[in-house]
Amino acid sequence: MLKLENIHKTFNAGTINEKKALNGVNLELDKGDFVTVIGGNGAGKSTMLNALAGVFRIDNGRIEIDGQDVTKQVEHKRAAFLGRVFQDPMMGTAANMSIEENLALAYRRGKRRGLRWHISDEERKLYKETLKTLDLGLEDRMTSKVGLLSGGQRQALTLLMATLQKPKILLLDEHTAALDPKTAAKVLALSQKIIDENNLTALMVTHNMKDAITYGNRLIMMNNGQIIFDAKGEEKKNLTVNQLLQKFSEISGAELANDRMLFSST
Amino acid sequence: MCDIAIKIPKGEKKMLNIVTGAVALGLLWGIVTLGVYLTFRILDMADMSCEGSITLGGATAAVLITCGFNPWIATLIAMCAGFCAGLVTGVLHTKLKIPILLSGILTMTALYSINLRIMGRANVPLSSNGSKAVDTVFTPLVNMFKNMVGDYDKNSGMSWLYDVITNKNFAALILGLIVVAIVSVIIYWFFGTELGSAIRATGNNHKMVRAQGIHTSTMIILGLVISNGLIALAGALIAQYQAFADVQMGIGSIVIGLASLIIGEVIIGTKSFHRVLIALPVGAVIYRMIIALVMNAGMEANDLKLFTSITVTFCLSLPLIKKGINKLIKKRNGGEPTKPIGLEPVFNGAKPVDYDGENEAHEDITEEFAEAKEEE
Repeated sequence: MLKLENIHKTFNAGTINEKKALNGVNLELDKGDFVTVIGGNGAGKSTMLNALAGVFRIDNGRIEIDGQDVTKQVEHKRAAFLGRVFQDPMMGTAANMSIEENLALAYRRGKRRGLRWHISDEERKLYKETLKTLDLGLEDRMTSKVGLLSGGQRQALTLLMATLQKPKILLLDEHTAALDPKTAAKVLALSQKIIDENNLTALMVTHNMKDAITYGNRLIMMNNGQIIFDAKGEEKKNLTVNQLLQKFSEISGAELANDRMLFSST
Repeated sequence: MCDIAIKIPKGEKKMLNIVTGAVALGLLWGIVTLGVYLTFRILDMADMSCEGSITLGGATAAVLITCGFNPWIATLIAMCAGFCAGLVTGVLHTKLKIPILLSGILTMTALYSINLRIMGRANVPLSSNGSKAVDTVFTPLVNMFKNMVGDYDKNSGMSWLYDVITNKNFAALILGLIVVAIVSVIIYWFFGTELGSAIRATGNNHKMVRAQGIHTSTMIILGLVISNGLIALAGALIAQYQAFADVQMGIGSIVIGLASLIIGEVIIGTKSFHRVLIALPVGAVIYRMIIALVMNAGMEANDLKLFTSITVTFCLSLPLIKKGINKLIKKRNGGEPTKPIGLEPVFNGAKPVDYDGENEAHEDITEEFAEAKEEE
């Protein structure tokens, strides 16, 4: 489904701020894989997702989605294959537009946008039904501006928007990090539900090691722009947080535990 | 039609024509305001090329009309020239990655020379051989009104009405209304389509829009093209109304557009898109009325731009002033939270200057923290 071959990316090459963000990433995903991605700050987790989404051109390597080479495809073209949810709840939606307008925008992902009216009555029905599954009461506020929603509601809506047109790959970039624990748990459960129901292939970056173990069928750990650990199936199921911390220091020779990760793993 | 003869003294007759003139000019500037709204509010960009586009439209139309073109065709060509100006600004900004403010200024500066080239001199009067006035888009309408009241006895008591109706100002008012109505309907429709909706979203959030498969650069260019086209159309009509095009006619137009925009938004409101579309020409008309008033009261024409700038500065800083007043009230009430005074936020553009939102977000976070603590 997804193939990343030897991806390299250096930011600000040739300056003092030079940063090797991706240093030969190789990853292959099967259809229906739900992969959690962990790693310290600056390990390249988000950069990998952004490289995949085409936010920037990679220096070296090859990206293939569902057998199609997309390495040179620009971000908005590649969006046809990808559903994305960002860390910042403000980033996934258009604040000054209504809930239904946002959904209508997302419904046309990967399609031509012309001079037809931006939303139809049939779509409204569909959106209403889909919003009901969130159980947040949003189905009665379809004409409210998204800016009026809370962070959790906005993330839930973004999740819905990312999957309204079934994506080949769903990219979740620390999408619960900015939420309070209770809301984060809700949004995570919702993510799991949507991924299961639609049998989606997904990559989820998280700083919460417990979540990384609980969710998904595969776990990868990154450090210095490389994947240093990859656990699947039974091996992944039996992992513990302590084992992960140990694995990290074994392989990288450094401590994984920054404050944020320790806090959120308790 | 009239046994009732309402006599109006001569001075007031002149006043009436001043009023219709102000309304007419206001309506024509309403189209400029609409163009400014498209960039300033919908795209969330301050597009300075507006100042050059008005002149471009006026110059193109004036030169073509004096060359004998049909005034409507000249006006349409002027509008297309505006499209091109918008395209240039858009390409400078999106492809060459020049900040939008600078892109606009570059286009505006370049247009100054281009406009002089088009006109061949600094001012083109709309008359042939410098004497007889040539036909403009307003001429047929003036003639029509003249014919309508033609057999009416000029010397009876209602002659003031005759004067008003047969004046060019009245024709401009009616035509202005028609053009504003047509343009507003088209804009309303366009921004309700998939494409228009994508442009609106682009003004909100680039990252999200790209993630939804929309090319933000194309949307920005399209928005700038439409905006500058409208502004050039207005320039063409204004030049025909005032019977000349001048290389200086666009100076300060963005501030005038903003002033009209803010006046309209405050008075009519921004609840829905069609409301905004009504607010824009209304704001422009009120702005013209105010100008006519202060001029009548003796303000020098040279001081106008200073007056407008100060007004716009005041309006844009209203939210801050409001905040200050609220703080003062709060202090006086011994720290008790009070109901904020009822001033609407003026700067509620695509990305609002978040003077309230900041506090809200802050409260949210503290609330969430409290909740989280409780759980633990």
